[in-house]
Amino acid sequence: MPVTDAPAKARALYEARRTRVPIAPFTDAEPDLGMADGYAIQQELVPLLLADGDTIVGHKVGLTSKPMQRMIGVDSPDHSPVLGSTVYADGDVIDPSSFIAPKAEAEIVFVMGSRLAGPGVTVTAARQAIAGAVAGFEIVDSRIADWRIKLADTVADLASCGAVVTSSRIVPIEGVDTRLLGMTLTRNGELVDTGAGAAALGDPVAVVGWLANVLGANGVALEPGHIVMTGALHAAVPMKPGDVFRAEFDRLGAVTARVGQLVGAEESA
Amino acid sequence: MNTTELATRLQKAVAERTAIDSLNAEFPDLDLDAGYAVQRVLRDAAGPLVGWKLGVTSRAKQAQVGVSSPVYGFLPGSGALDIGEPLDTSQLIQPRCEPEIVFVLGRDLAGPHVGAADVIAASSGVAVGIEVLDSRYRDYKFTMADVVADNTSAARFVVGAPVPLDGIDLRVVGVVLEHNGEVVATASGAASLGHPAAAVAWMVRRMAADGEGLRAGDVVLSGGLTAAVPVVPGDVVVASIDRIGSLELGCR
Repeated sequence: MPVTDAPAKARALYEARRTRVPIAPFTDAEPDLGMADGYAIQQELVPLLLADGDTIVGHKVGLTSKPMQRMIGVDSPDHSPVLGSTVYADGDVIDPSSFIAPKAEAEIVFVMGSRLAGPGVTVTAARQAIAGAVAGFEIVDSRIADWRIKLADTVADLASCGAVVTSSRIVPIEGVDTRLLGMTLTRNGELVDTGAGAAALGDPVAVVGWLANVLGANGVALEPGHIVMTGALHAAVPMKPGDVFRAEFDRLGAVTARVGQLVGAEESA
Repeated sequence: MNTTELATRLQKAVAERTAIDSLNAEFPDLDLDAGYAVQRVLRDAAGPLVGWKLGVTSRAKQAQVGVSSPVYGFLPGSGALDIGEPLDTSQLIQPRCEPEIVFVLGRDLAGPHVGAADVIAASSGVAVGIEVLDSRYRDYKFTMADVVADNTSAARFVVGAPVPLDGIDLRVVGVVLEHNGEVVATASGAASLGHPAAAVAWMVRRMAADGEGLRAGDVVLSGGLTAAVPVVPGDVVVASIDRIGSLELGCR
């Protein structure tokens, strides 16, 4: 049975984004909702956001690690467009009141050099279409209360994408073993976690190939200049006002995400 | 508590491939210093050494066992596997493998004020390593003093061909561990005490208190960079470190 009233569900997510008041998981009332239902809602939500003047600057791929897939109970990643209004530059102060329950994920971000359209995209074709890589954070956030998400809920909610932060130096990846590209994450100067590219689907370049093939089935292509967020290399870390996150990538350099203070909010510890 | 008797119990556990219970549970006065004294008895009986190893170097592992500093042990030549040589699990109790960055010392290094930069300057190269741990304690249940007495669970190790450090930032260099063809963990060098050379420097400073130090040619396993993966016969473990190399270890 297809999802009931995808437009209304998309509207609920749209309002939750606008008001920062999270909603109950759709799967509470309709436990049978699956991945296709999630995408049906996502496809209703995106036009609402674009109608407000937003743009699509690329895509994110989530659930790229085995532990995350096991947690959500799937064996494939998910994806969503990345909106232009949610892109921060390296070092920008991020307003915590724009989020509900944000978490930081350090990711290898690819910038597409040429158009890439599935089906039939191989890993080698994906690599040839990539102009280079930048250091990035994805700030994941859930418009679903308390991150109580099942697969359909997160897919509908733009794959829980909140915002992205990227460095500006596009580093060509020719000859770079992206599986072994290392990353060291600190919060307020203290080591939090480490990882390497292989944490994202075995190879972040493979993530681009997977994405191009999945989008291609719907007639959508990766366009030159599009960014692709290839998935977290570590467990997501909750963000608090005042936090400074820094992800340093071998070969790519560092990217910093600074969380601002809550203005006019109650004193927070 | 008799240091020699405790060492004998651990040697017997190795020889009979039979795990024992925590010595610390039976001997509450086995503290860290006493643990190192037991380890010293084992070391004196172990034959020629090829180097040293760090343990409990990750923040996660330190938090897990409630300590804030690492530990170290010795590497007897008898524990070395050559590149391509399979691991004979029948000689071990409960083997686990972890990927490590290995320093090869180009000159002697000792002293109470040695830092990470000194370790790098004294190293002729770095290599990929796989350490095969094999706690002599049942189910790896031990206290810090226990694990120090047990030579920090050291059992076997394999070291790849060393490469020069030139241009490699060991803090951010990527590390991937595969088990039977599947990526099971990733990390960067910082997973060991923030920087693997800092871990080695800690050990050199700790050794200086006993008037010891590193010698030219020593290899130093600078600490596990991921959780250790248990292995059984038929398993294959691959450790890869960006620009340093890969090692494949088959188990039988």
